Amino acid sequence: MVPLNHYLYLSAILFSIGAVGVFTTRNAMIIYMCIELMFNAVNLTFIAFSKFLNNLDGHIFTFMVMTVAAAEAAVGLAIIISMFRNKETVNVDEINLMKG
Amino acid sequence: MFYILGAGAVLSALSMVTNKRPVSAAMSLIVTMFCLAGLYVLLDAHLIAALQIIIYAGAIMVLFLFVIMLLNIQEKEGRLAGHKIFLQFSGIVIVGYIFIKVVKLIGGSNLPARMEGSIKGFGTTSAVGEMLFTDFLLPFEIASVLLLAAMVGAVILAKAKID
Repeated sequence: MVPLNHYLYLSAILFSIGAVGVFTTRNAMIIYMCIELMFNAVNLTFIAFSKFLNNLDGHIFTFMVMTVAAAEAAVGLAIIISMFRNKETVNVDEINLMKG
Repeated sequence: MFYILGAGAVLSALSMVTNKRPVSAAMSLIVTMFCLAGLYVLLDAHLIAALQIIIYAGAIMVLFLFVIMLLNIQEKEGRLAGHKIFLQFSGIVIVGYIFIKVVKLIGGSNLPARMEGSIKGFGTTSAVGEMLFTDFLLPFEIASVLLLAAMVGAVILAKAKID
């Protein structure tokens, strides 16, 4: 059986890749995908702890995270669509409506 | 098996971040989702593994691909340029610093030993469902209200013109 450490390392690596992606890409679609990747890294931690502590609560939490991720994806993509309709771009550095 | 799936997840996540084209990035993310579903099966989380494939690799990624193809985004240079390079670089440095701290924390901490004994039917639909409909009934209902609110919000936001 693989020790708990290794699951936590893998999850940290995936989360960091997602965070770097959010900072470095400028396409809003890829930023959303990186956020999904970070959600998944957290889910892996929940499931690993759930298995090693022999407690099913982590599965319920993962279920809730998936619900929130689905809601976030629907609303976020709707925002991207309306943004694209107004500005003809999805690059986050060209969208500066709130600059004042 | 863990190492194969883990390496697959990390490599496809890297290819997602470094890819310029959104469609290829979405395909790499689907590969990551499948590798994670395999890891969930290794951890005896059968229901969550099935949900991972149905919800993430199925529904959410189809939604992403649908929007990418609907918008027909012109491919431009995918990276930030000019003075924003500095911001990008400092973002990577901060994430790297936090990552190193977390790895040290994991390496140095006393993680709990594996609990003995096993719950009957650990991770199956009946065990998780029973918890969901008894101890966690209120969060479950709130999640359904959240999904309804998200659905209404998405329809209103994506509507062509608000009267």
